Amino acid sequence: MTIALETQNLEKQFGGLRVTRDLSLKIEQGARHALIGPNGAGKTTVINQLTGVLKPNSGRILLEGQDITDLPVHKRVLRGLSRTFQINQLYPDLTPLETIGLAVSERLGHGGDWWRRMGTRNDVNDEIADLLTRFHLLDVMNEETVTLPYGKQRLLEIAVAIAAKPRVLLLDEPAAGVPESERHDILAVVGSLPRDVTVLLIEHDMDLVFSFADRISVLVSGALLTEGPPDQVARDPQVKAVYLGEEAVNV
Amino acid sequence: MTASSDVGYHAQRQARWHYGEAAFWLVVLACGFLFPTRYLIMTDILRLALFAMSLDLILGYAGIVSLGHAAFFGVGAYAAGLLALHGIINEPVLALIAAGLAAMVLGFATSFLVIRGVDLTRLMVTLGIALLLEALAERFSNITGGTDGLQGIEMQPILGEIPFDMFGKAGFFYSLTVLFVLFLLARRIVHSPFGLSLRAIKNNPLRAAAIGIPVNRRLIAIYTLAAFYAGIAGALFTQTTAIASLDVFAFDRSADLMLVLVIGGTGYLYGGLIGAVIFRILQEVFSTITPQYWQFWIGLVLVVIVLVGRQRLLRWVLYVPNLVIKQVAGRKAVVAAPESDA
Repeated sequence: MTIALETQNLEKQFGGLRVTRDLSLKIEQGARHALIGPNGAGKTTVINQLTGVLKPNSGRILLEGQDITDLPVHKRVLRGLSRTFQINQLYPDLTPLETIGLAVSERLGHGGDWWRRMGTRNDVNDEIADLLTRFHLLDVMNEETVTLPYGKQRLLEIAVAIAAKPRVLLLDEPAAGVPESERHDILAVVGSLPRDVTVLLIEHDMDLVFSFADRISVLVSGALLTEGPPDQVARDPQVKAVYLGEEAVNV
Repeated sequence: MTASSDVGYHAQRQARWHYGEAAFWLVVLACGFLFPTRYLIMTDILRLALFAMSLDLILGYAGIVSLGHAAFFGVGAYAAGLLALHGIINEPVLALIAAGLAAMVLGFATSFLVIRGVDLTRLMVTLGIALLLEALAERFSNITGGTDGLQGIEMQPILGEIPFDMFGKAGFFYSLTVLFVLFLLARRIVHSPFGLSLRAIKNNPLRAAAIGIPVNRRLIAIYTLAAFYAGIAGALFTQTTAIASLDVFAFDRSADLMLVLVIGGTGYLYGGLIGAVIFRILQEVFSTITPQYWQFWIGLVLVVIVLVGRQRLLRWVLYVPNLVIKQVAGRKAVVAAPESDA
């Protein structure tokens, strides 16, 4: 099995606080891998290091076998690593059409094009139309993003990440804050991702994790507690103690 | 219509020319024939408009604040002055481009300082660079003429054909042509994927990088281009007034520019043009009424604009005209306030 994304002895400190401790993860090509852990376990910090927003203090990150530890964010995207954010990171003043159009243009290498008008390339237009349709955004494509309902914004958040045609996709709590009525759209979209896309899912919602993931890593206090297939992780007494136990109490 | 062609149609929505725009430029052109005694002030407005458009490119589109945009205006002004004074490039259009390029080089060099840090840092860095250049221009008085400025500049005819006249007619139409050409270029650029990526960076740099936009490279590119525009504005100043003095670098000049954009609005290119007209007219009106205290009134107007909001003011101003238009041409024909922030 080939490894799509790997971390080797990743270490990150904020001042004296070790938020990532000697973390070595291997995510197989085509996997549906979930990274779970209680609040403050450092999940988002891991994502930020994988995508290049944060630099690790030590350790390496490999994308399809190549060291990307020192690459800036935008170069990792061009190499096929894309993400969604836990809290929507969109362009409030831009429309879904513009937002997705930009992502598609960048990927096809037209992003720096300063002479040709937006909307005059058929290959770009086709892809935008396809994405807008798939993500149920066609009817609101000319509305400013800030005016869209939260569920639509969440769909746009995922659509933008998909527009980069990632080979590895990091989903940071895709269903967070989405009302029950709009949840179905998001889950359907996540479930219908093509199998050749490797997905790393960070999630709090255990139903989503266990229905979606074929492998689960449990992160506690920045270190890897255990890893394995869902049924094994679910039975693990340590996991029950630190994580599922806590969840059960909350429910 | 298929979804794809629909997308293409809507993606070009803003790039299409509107009747209002054509009307705007026709009115500007008409002013050149209607007010033959006012060429000097009108030329001054055109220069300010070009200068403001330059700031709009970085502020309105890329979100880079600057309090030192006069640095590029000044370099352009002195470059044009020196080229003409020493007869290096005699033909004004070529000299104009050369002066713009000189400012562009400075813009590129300083862009690396400006893209680091956030708004407050940028304000200080840009302010500092302009002050620094002003001091340098004063220090090297053997080249710049120091506090006396460059004197005895004689401008050759434009393209070897059209001489600058004492009424400023040639200067006005020359400036208008330059402004229009550079406006067309800017308009083209802001509606391209590159231009859209600037707005994305302004909106959310984190997400912009996360879809593969090389944020720093784009900011450097637009800052350099804006410096070119500002340099051209400065060169027009020297060419149409035949003087270049230290005040081209003055802080007032950078600060006024901010005011122009506050009045006109940012991010739709016309803000700088409309703002320049209103700003200069206000200045004229207030200084006629009260020569000593006109700045008080300008200040008051700015406070009102910022507190009440330009959108709301425009709605009030357009209320009566729109009532009339609605009667004549139907509900949809109303003149709306342009979308913009700042």
